Amino acid sequence: MATIGNTQIKLLEKLCNACAVSGDEGEVRAIVLDSIKGHADTVKVDTLGNVLATRSGTARKHLRVMLAAHMDEVGFMLVAEDGEGIYRFETVGGLDVRQLVGKPVWVGHDHLPGVIGARPIHLTTVEERSKTIPLDALRIDIGPGGKAKLGDRATFATKFQRSGSSFISKALDNRLGVATLVELVRDAPPNIDLLAAFTVQEENGLRGAKVAAHALHPDLAIAIDSTPANDLPAWDDEDNPAYNTKLGLGPAIYIADTGTLSDPRLVRHFAAAGDAEGIPYQFRQPGGGGTDAGAIHKEHTGIPSLSVSVPHRYSHTAASIARLDDWKNYLALIQAALRRMEPDLLETDKV
Amino acid sequence: MESTLKLLIKKLTEIFSPSGYETDIRAAIHDEVKRLADDVRVDALGNLIARKGKGSAKGKRIMLAAHMDEIGLIATHIDGNGFIRFTGIGGIRPLALTGSRVRFVSGVPGVIGADRITDPGRAPTLEQCFIDVGASNGKDCPVKVGDVCGFERPFLEVGQRLVAKSMDDRIGCVVLIETLRALKSTPHEAYFVFTTQEEVGVRGATTSAFGIDPHLGLAVDVTGVGDTPKCAKMEVSLGKGPAVKIKDAGMLADPRVVDWMIRTAEKNGIPYQREILEAGGTDARAIQVTRAGVPAGCLSIPCRYVHSPSEMVDERDVSNAVKLMTALVSGPAEI
Repeated sequence: MATIGNTQIKLLEKLCNACAVSGDEGEVRAIVLDSIKGHADTVKVDTLGNVLATRSGTARKHLRVMLAAHMDEVGFMLVAEDGEGIYRFETVGGLDVRQLVGKPVWVGHDHLPGVIGARPIHLTTVEERSKTIPLDALRIDIGPGGKAKLGDRATFATKFQRSGSSFISKALDNRLGVATLVELVRDAPPNIDLLAAFTVQEENGLRGAKVAAHALHPDLAIAIDSTPANDLPAWDDEDNPAYNTKLGLGPAIYIADTGTLSDPRLVRHFAAAGDAEGIPYQFRQPGGGGTDAGAIHKEHTGIPSLSVSVPHRYSHTAASIARLDDWKNYLALIQAALRRMEPDLLETDKV
Repeated sequence: MESTLKLLIKKLTEIFSPSGYETDIRAAIHDEVKRLADDVRVDALGNLIARKGKGSAKGKRIMLAAHMDEIGLIATHIDGNGFIRFTGIGGIRPLALTGSRVRFVSGVPGVIGADRITDPGRAPTLEQCFIDVGASNGKDCPVKVGDVCGFERPFLEVGQRLVAKSMDDRIGCVVLIETLRALKSTPHEAYFVFTTQEEVGVRGATTSAFGIDPHLGLAVDVTGVGDTPKCAKMEVSLGKGPAVKIKDAGMLADPRVVDWMIRTAEKNGIPYQREILEAGGTDARAIQVTRAGVPAGCLSIPCRYVHSPSEMVDERDVSNAVKLMTALVSGPAEI
């Protein structure tokens, strides 16, 4: 049984340091293709750029299970040049403009270093400093002579780091999921057909997952993703009823988000697998947000779906943080749940 | 209360089945339609699909859709004293929350309270409300994060009008069941679809329409009215007949379908109203854009106080909707 060791962490590091803003996922796709080479029965890259890899089960009757992890990350796109290597840019995916100013970035496929420039404190007034600088006043500066082109993507220039039992990176959402799905392909349970989709363009509207689900047409689907933890110890439970998830409590099983009402049979199945094998898990608070499941479950005549995520703090910022133990338990829970999938899982009524 | 129609409305509206948790309402409707339809099945998203007729040279494959789900609440946090914080499933109106009673799918009842009101002129937000199920601490609270509840309110008759918590859209389900009962024969292959997850974005209709691949689609749902004091202007009233939808926020009804519905109503002497709803949408919007596109329309039941625990319809509008729907499905659909 695969678990999280140095090999897996090295892969996560490589995936996190790659840049793959929605629509430009080539760098992560190449790592994925290389990592699963020789392990899947079929591998293809579809028209939109999803990697679809399948492993057939050996049991006579078995479920066809789609596992979807998005390869893309939030970031920026250069849209106009002001001269001297200074570019206007748009955000791609959900980013808070207040957090952009002053951050170093990597631009384009060559990871050209740049910075989202900020006027220094010496030259600003108290009033200016009390206001958010709007996106149209921000620029990415890579200096003259750089080889950036309009349309190039950029990401925060945050190198993957380990800090004790935690990881820090710009793209834990969703390279944690990608690295997990690679492990599941390499060590697939024999009782199901495993249909892995490393998807594109999740952050800008679940676009890759929609076509991947149409092509794979599974019996059920699990979105493999990461979700914010809003659990700073400055709050106790009474003060913070909106923590979403908490670090250290294990993988987060979804019941409802903006895009999907999880199939209750799958919620029960995953919780039961955790209970039976002593793997900790938590329920993500029902509420906003969404995953690839939102697109997948509406394909064809309906695909029962569930999302399970690794919790991490400071999602969609320059640096988020996750715990090694949560990731270990995450992989363990998914493996346990998949191993326990009997062909009649979906034959009972929904509730 | 004597009529079987009212008994059916009472039975269906008093069941708790918020979006995604339609098991109980599905079982109740299945019970009603199993002897009336030629074939009944449930799809992967829980839609209940009842077929009547095999089709003929003059017939079409028709999809009729009424949604089974209702708006509800879902627990997000249980505090140390056993109070439950929640968020909405579907379009919850905070104004109707405080003082409301709820019942969880598990059967547990509760009441809704709110944090101290500092401004009595302002309704509390969803985040300021909580559910009290009589627990004295978090450990003995019988509700867990993710548990779902609906509004508790018994069916009520007021004059000619009928009031219930989930007229939207159990009344549409009633119209389809009664149409199935009244239908002697049909030239069509007619699918009576009781859909799931309409209130969270017409999800059940999306997948059932894909599966049925109809030539023609009609939703049956409630619509707003313009006949209460100081309400928004709208040319639909209770008691003046079912409404033929021309437009809402999610769909421009196919004009050929609108004409067919109006022609049929006039030929059979059934009162009807023309409906333009500025906000809101129905399952028809999902049917219309499935696969390569489907001519679609909607038969609406005028309803006051939609998405409150006291939704009101007029019994005559319901009976006339059954008559019109039966006439529509009995004859050829000339569009």
